[in-house]
Amino acid sequence: LPDWEKSSTARVIPPARPRKLAKVPFVELADGRLQGVVSSGSDIERVYVSSVAAGTCTFACSTNNNRPCGGARGSFCNHILALINEAVLQYGAERTARYLRVEVADGAPSAQGIIAGMRAAHPPQGDATAAAPVFSRFLRHLAYLDLAPVTVPLPEMQWFPPTRAEA
Amino acid sequence: MRADLLAAAIAGLGEALAAVDAFDQVLIAGLLRPQPAQAAGLTQLADAVAGTPLASRVAEAAEKAAAGAASEDHLAALAAARTALLGSVHDALMTQVTEAVGRARGEHAEDNVTVPDGTVLASAVLASTRPAGRQAANVRAAGRSWLSDLARCGWRGLDNDVVSASAQVVSAMLPDPDLRRLATVLDGFAAELAASCPGATLERIPARRWADLWSRAMLLTLPGAAGSPVTGTVTGRLLPLGVDLQEHATAAQAQVHAVLEPADGTAARLVRASVSAPKPDTVVEAGVWQLLRPHMSLLAAASEGRSMDLAGMPVTGEGDLIWSDERARAGKPADPFATARVALPTAADAATAPLDRHPARIAVPVFLEGYAARKDKDDALTFTVAGHPLIVDTGRIPAAGPLTPEAVAASGACIGLLRWDAGSFSVQPLAVEATVRKKAVAVHAGGWAGGASDTAGVKAEKAAADAASVLRERAGRLLRK
Repeated sequence: LPDWEKSSTARVIPPARPRKLAKVPFVELADGRLQGVVSSGSDIERVYVSSVAAGTCTFACSTNNNRPCGGARGSFCNHILALINEAVLQYGAERTARYLRVEVADGAPSAQGIIAGMRAAHPPQGDATAAAPVFSRFLRHLAYLDLAPVTVPLPEMQWFPPTRAEA
Repeated sequence: MRADLLAAAIAGLGEALAAVDAFDQVLIAGLLRPQPAQAAGLTQLADAVAGTPLASRVAEAAEKAAAGAASEDHLAALAAARTALLGSVHDALMTQVTEAVGRARGEHAEDNVTVPDGTVLASAVLASTRPAGRQAANVRAAGRSWLSDLARCGWRGLDNDVVSASAQVVSAMLPDPDLRRLATVLDGFAAELAASCPGATLERIPARRWADLWSRAMLLTLPGAAGSPVTGTVTGRLLPLGVDLQEHATAAQAQVHAVLEPADGTAARLVRASVSAPKPDTVVEAGVWQLLRPHMSLLAAASEGRSMDLAGMPVTGEGDLIWSDERARAGKPADPFATARVALPTAADAATAPLDRHPARIAVPVFLEGYAARKDKDDALTFTVAGHPLIVDTGRIPAAGPLTPEAVAASGACIGLLRWDAGSFSVQPLAVEATVRKKAVAVHAGGWAGGASDTAGVKAEKAAADAASVLRERAGRLLRK
């Protein structure tokens, strides 16, 4: 087997798995948090910006106009639950649990197990200071759609082979 | 193919790679407070290029870095030294590949492959500012500054703050097509580093890979290094062999490898055509083909098994077509396996641009048949070609396509790319022929590049189109306010 540490094309991040984006258009494991954007079920113009910190599980949820989420009073709102579920779809339960440093009770990690493990830690409610940077990261992410493709070769992409998901 | 020739030991290869590894260890701990072991690693790198034009620059850079006082220019010189060493490894491996494959090798159009090692790199490192936009120069400098910070903190010292500083730089570069190459490597590199924070708790570190990406990006921040100059145009018949897909979280590139038969009757040659795009990380699998497809008609032609007729298509010195749909029209059907059997053996291979010489760049089209496919106990696949084992890199087969590792294992003929990584050669399958109910059936890794017609493909296309339309709707509503 080739030596991973001496491989130019060592796979470091597993590929994101496809998922439906209608409810949660954006989720990421970044800045020490699971964070993302959840579309409102009732108002097409509104989105919720939700996050849970790794380790402490400190959570926050507010709208893109900085109004606090009514559901996130003292415990996880449905937006945060949706965010965790979608993160597990996109990144897999194991990577999500590891990033959040959540103790999962028994067996293979799952979204339910991660949620139960986080609730058991009695997560504190954080303030909404993360909302603005998370929302701007979401907009930056969407802006990638507007960048024109090019037909000049990018030789460095040779370092990024596809990774066939393990069967 | 003479697979036996690939197994021969190459003189000096071990020494060159040992010097590379020594430097790669230096980057693990970082250059903020260098320890004696790091000073030794830096000296080993400098000694390895002592006989080249880079010698004095690198010796000075190694000394300063060992004292914890490396400037950005010193770090760039170290990156150049490492790149020169891997360039020499590339050249030695390519000599072996050329013998094994038994095809002619093209001269680089700028004809500077024969320049002694290091000279070309030295000229890039020493180059003063060429005419370029001040804005572009500023963002390149910002990129170099970020890379310098990385080298100082080292992979062990990675944290969210140092990594996230790249976001602004990348965002400023991406819209400028001239900076796309640098932006794309920085973006993919930064995403890996971000996912690996904090570096202090990493169980293992991809030392060769990250030092590769760091050095590549460092050199690309130098003026004039990222160009791929067009050296002419080509007219003639283009016969696709297969499609190679490359992707990271926020970018994808498809490269079509093909044989070009020039209309003027000159010798056939191997060329590549590339199309790439930045993408949101939730655009994956079939979504990637949907993103790239509208910008290169060749993807559809390759999927449908057609040739294309080119008229005045720009080409670089290393055989990269700068594709433009206006200069190509659909031609007659052309079976890639017929191309591989008949046209490939006499086509000349492209040369690699001096700055781009690196073992990871080796991707030489080959045609194999009459091999024995064998799976070992860890499911790794090997072809025994003329009595010699060749690893089959099934991990590179894209998920969004009809080709599977099982089809490769059951195949009797294979169009692939010969590659080298971590000390061994391997073949990446682009297409295979297998016998199903006594009929030869061809399956292509890029079979869905132009569109999918089988049930699984149509389903994947639909899911990807839905995801893209959600993102576009969200962008339309939220982005432009």
